[in-house]
Amino acid sequence: MNLRNVDKSTWIYLIASLLLFMVPFILTGRSMQFIFIQIFIFAIFAMSYDILLGFTGIISFGHVMFFGIGAYSTAITMSKFDSTIGSFLFGVVIAVILAAFVSFIVGVLTLRLKSHFYAMLTLALAGLFLVAAEKWRTLTGGNDGFTFRLPEIFRDSQSMYMFCLLSLILIFFGLRRFTKSPFGRVLMAIRENENRTESLGYKIVHYKVIASVVAGVVASFAGVLYALSLRFVNTGVFATDLTIDVLLMTIIGGVGTLVGPILGAGLVEFAHHWLSGLADVHWIFERWIILYGTVYILVVIFFPLGIVGTIQSRFSNRPLKGLRDNRKANENKGRRAS
Amino acid sequence: MESLLELKQVEAFIQHYHILHDISFEVPKSEVTVLLGRNGAGKTTTLRTIMGLNQVSKGTVRFKGEEISNRSTHQIAKRGIGYVPEDQGIFNGLTVGENMRVAMKKEDEETTKRMEWVLELFPDLKKFWKKEGGQLSGGQKQMLAISRAYVNRNDLLLIDEPSKGLAPIIVDKVTESIQQMKEQTTIVLVEQNFMMASNIGDHFYIIDDGATVHHGKMEELKEDKITMKKYLGIA
Repeated sequence: MNLRNVDKSTWIYLIASLLLFMVPFILTGRSMQFIFIQIFIFAIFAMSYDILLGFTGIISFGHVMFFGIGAYSTAITMSKFDSTIGSFLFGVVIAVILAAFVSFIVGVLTLRLKSHFYAMLTLALAGLFLVAAEKWRTLTGGNDGFTFRLPEIFRDSQSMYMFCLLSLILIFFGLRRFTKSPFGRVLMAIRENENRTESLGYKIVHYKVIASVVAGVVASFAGVLYALSLRFVNTGVFATDLTIDVLLMTIIGGVGTLVGPILGAGLVEFAHHWLSGLADVHWIFERWIILYGTVYILVVIFFPLGIVGTIQSRFSNRPLKGLRDNRKANENKGRRAS
Repeated sequence: MESLLELKQVEAFIQHYHILHDISFEVPKSEVTVLLGRNGAGKTTTLRTIMGLNQVSKGTVRFKGEEISNRSTHQIAKRGIGYVPEDQGIFNGLTVGENMRVAMKKEDEETTKRMEWVLELFPDLKKFWKKEGGQLSGGQKQMLAISRAYVNRNDLLLIDEPSKGLAPIIVDKVTESIQQMKEQTTIVLVEQNFMMASNIGDHFYIIDDGATVHHGKMEELKEDKITMKKYLGIA
């Protein structure tokens, strides 16, 4: 590989990755490292959502079910078997297979239809998984959940940090390659205009189902890391709130940018941490969610394409100007129709 | 002459509306067949029905002798039909280069040659290669839409109103490009601009109220003032 052919953005991402590898040597506090770990995990989760929403134009209200599948698969495997790397890897394999299977079935059943059917079915299924997790107490511990022991290597917060960061970097570059491939171009074409893409000879349902499976598997892996980072799992991993959170992370960061959801995850997690930490200063910060809502509204007003999307559209030809054009065109169509 | 495409008594609905009542025509190989008619006559619906974007409720559509009625759109496209829709169908969020590459089902020697050919024909596309489709002018979008349909080796191109909304100088450019393409492929053209249609077309079919009502050679139509007045409103 000729280094001269590596584009500028790749260098920026590599440098940012290196800097992040140094963080645990500078910020030695466990709580700060834990926040970073959570950011990495939610960044992976948000990138998986971006594959659906940003690159393929599929809206999901129940994406959290894949996250939950990953979390429970690992936790159950680790609690039933020894706390070894082997059982962890076995848990990951189960998580990936289950998520791939469920996302494949949901995709095949609904992605031939309009995208809101996918949104509604995933919402319903996520609810079903939540109820199953609550009721199947012998396996899941119900609402109370259960703790489990980690393999030796993950007990140290620094090695956990490195593992989550490495996972984030590998998944980011993997998904980036995926979205820049001919397959990714077809996904973006589907997002822009399904009929037109089909007229070019592409069977769009195949592409959508594969996008759904990729997004499901990546979300499931985020769930694996989440359970690992907490050493605990409960039904909260199937809560719809998490889907809303990840949707906000994606929108705030920039839909269809891949790096945007990482930034969004960082902003949301830090906002959560700092705003709730200011409760001692003023009582209003106890209701940090109000401030969080305000920040969200401001971001949507001033960065309608998300932070990364807005910056990219200002400093280069792309991406996402097309999305804005589409939005404007749709608004104009609406006006004309009325 | 051998027919590449043949429609027989095709009927089609859009929701509850019966749009096509009786469409029958044949498209000879290596020629340009023009579908003419007033606004709302059913020309665009006819092209969409050929592409499988509307269902055929009665009748048959045969392409290269094979029945393609009610096959799915991607199957029809794969059989070698390229479609340039009325609204151009550009992917606004993709660059010109990405729009072209999505259209190229495989990047082999032939498609690369074809791409080079259209880029020579439309140098603007080369110039704006990294610009998003949504940022192009109407004329550039039309050029991109036509190039995208041409870049694969399609046996038949369906082109819907390529001159719509374009400045006269751009219409000339588009006309020239279609004239060059017609040497290499068969074309079905829907066009309101009679001047353009008569310059390009070899045969015509007039569609009125969802039915083909008249057909012949384009040269004959230019002389047939009564038909032009009756069906096209051109004195």
